[in-house]
Amino acid sequence: MSDLLARLAGVTRTYVKGKERVEVLHELDLEIPAGDFIAIMGPSGSGKTTLLNLLGGLDRPTAGDVTVDGADLTSMSNSQLSDWRATHVGFVFQFYNLLPVLTAQKNVELPLLLTNFSGRERARRARVALDIVGLADRAKHYPSELSGGEEQRVAIARAIVSDPSLLLCDEPTGDLDREKADEILSLLQVLNADHGKTIVMVTHDPRAAGFAKRTLHVDKGKLESRAAA
Amino acid sequence: MKYFGLIWSNTWRKKIRTSLTILSVAVAFLLFILLNAVGQAMTAGGAMTGAERLVVIDKITLINFLPISYQNRIAQIDGVDAVTVQSWFGAFYQDPKNQFPQFPVRPDEYFAVYPELVLPEERFEAWKRNRTGAIIGKNLADLFGIRVGDRIPLQSTIFPKKDGSRTWEFDIEGIFDTTDPKGATNFLLFQHDYFAEANQFGDGFAGWFTLKLAEGADPVQVANAIDLMFANSPNETETSTEAAFAASFAEQFGNIALIVTLILGAVFFTLLLVAGNTMSQSVRERISELAVLKTLGFKNGTVLGIVLSESVLIMAIGSLIGLGLGWLAVRGIDATLAAFLPSGVVVSSTALFLALVITVGAGVLAGIFPALKAMRLSIVDALARG
Repeated sequence: MSDLLARLAGVTRTYVKGKERVEVLHELDLEIPAGDFIAIMGPSGSGKTTLLNLLGGLDRPTAGDVTVDGADLTSMSNSQLSDWRATHVGFVFQFYNLLPVLTAQKNVELPLLLTNFSGRERARRARVALDIVGLADRAKHYPSELSGGEEQRVAIARAIVSDPSLLLCDEPTGDLDREKADEILSLLQVLNADHGKTIVMVTHDPRAAGFAKRTLHVDKGKLESRAAA
Repeated sequence: MKYFGLIWSNTWRKKIRTSLTILSVAVAFLLFILLNAVGQAMTAGGAMTGAERLVVIDKITLINFLPISYQNRIAQIDGVDAVTVQSWFGAFYQDPKNQFPQFPVRPDEYFAVYPELVLPEERFEAWKRNRTGAIIGKNLADLFGIRVGDRIPLQSTIFPKKDGSRTWEFDIEGIFDTTDPKGATNFLLFQHDYFAEANQFGDGFAGWFTLKLAEGADPVQVANAIDLMFANSPNETETSTEAAFAASFAEQFGNIALIVTLILGAVFFTLLLVAGNTMSQSVRERISELAVLKTLGFKNGTVLGIVLSESVLIMAIGSLIGLGLGWLAVRGIDATLAAFLPSGVVVSSTALFLALVITVGAGVLAGIFPALKAMRLSIVDALARG
């Protein structure tokens, strides 16, 4: 077994909606080894995205501990969490969430604005990331000039440009046709296998989950695991 | 600076909306610079000299003339060093829009009261020798390309000549300058004796008297003494400083300072609403994008700074355009209003500094609430809303 990258211990997440308390995750335990590629499946509202948000330091558990790459996320301030996210984790969203006013190159450079790299170095690193996802020739294009698959590739380039150890993907192929979805999932496999990225992917699609090394099912705030087909 | 590209791109997200907002900012600053320049010019005319000189006018109205015999009596009062006669000639050069001040004066008296004026001795003597001679200020000469030796016609709107003609011709005998950095040189002086002899209304009157105080003289005492001397006469006087005289001249147009303040207040209040609305819409439209920035690691303060910078940038672009247009407009109206504003209409450094303060202040005020909203947004909620 590889080294442990992330660990959730006894994590509970409860939301308050009006007078109602909704427990999305209940005393959940999860260990993610470095280099793993996990698909998380489950019905709507089962807590998949909440789990992803907790792993990415976007949300805090009501109870329990979240440790990623040796850092205890539950004890960090908001500012510390921002710094941590900038260097340790990359996010890929279903609807890409690129900034429409920036070119692909500039979108990929965004996370590097938080570093002390020079403009030239930021541009170089962004070109490398775009090259990895096969879009070096589309660097000067705006999101509106790209296909859905290309936009998602740019989003993946943005997620890996600061070389994070963990990639969190929320329905990354949910808005793509099968062909484009397969391209994106294959790319994630390459990033996992060749670049050593640990990937946690939320999906509704069993076919997409098939690209992962293992699949976890979330139901009623709890996890069950099974090997990938 | 590394965020400038992002800020610039966000600013132009909706080009038409941003352009219209910038246009409204530009109009506001154009008005600001124009009204400020004109307002300042109206008060600067008196402020340029202080209390070294006093002006004696008719107590009832500046329009009434005073008997010229008053001049000798004023000169006898303790504390008076020199007295000159002056009148508003009210003529234009070639075209009615070319109006500037002209005063019939006696050369020696006038230069005794205004020692800061500079004119070569031989030109001064030549002027004195020529009854139809005139001297002209440097700014005015430059403006109209008038040179020594030129003969220029002036059309008086107030004083016809005895033959009924309103055309007065003058030989330009000299071009004067001033050693006073704030002094005006956009007026023309000609011989009072020629004016008195040739005008249809005859001799024996003057528009007002300007006197130079002797060193150490108390302006209040001298003014009181003059007004007391002519009390209960058919032409009572009111003596004041040049500053007060210029202010009362400007007050013919109303309370300029108050009008300017009210107009600018309304303009900038409206501007705040327009720019604030633009920024609010801009933030509302990209809640998910702002959430993505925070997801990537942008801190709350950075997001706040980015949105505020966008607001200030819009304000700065509009301000620059407005100030540029204002500067051009001020140059244009300087000549037009020269007759009424002897000190000239200029864009002052104070106005530019004030514009800078307003630019930053209005930018921050217009952007602060949307920026706070952006700063406080919850990543999870914003992403869930998509």
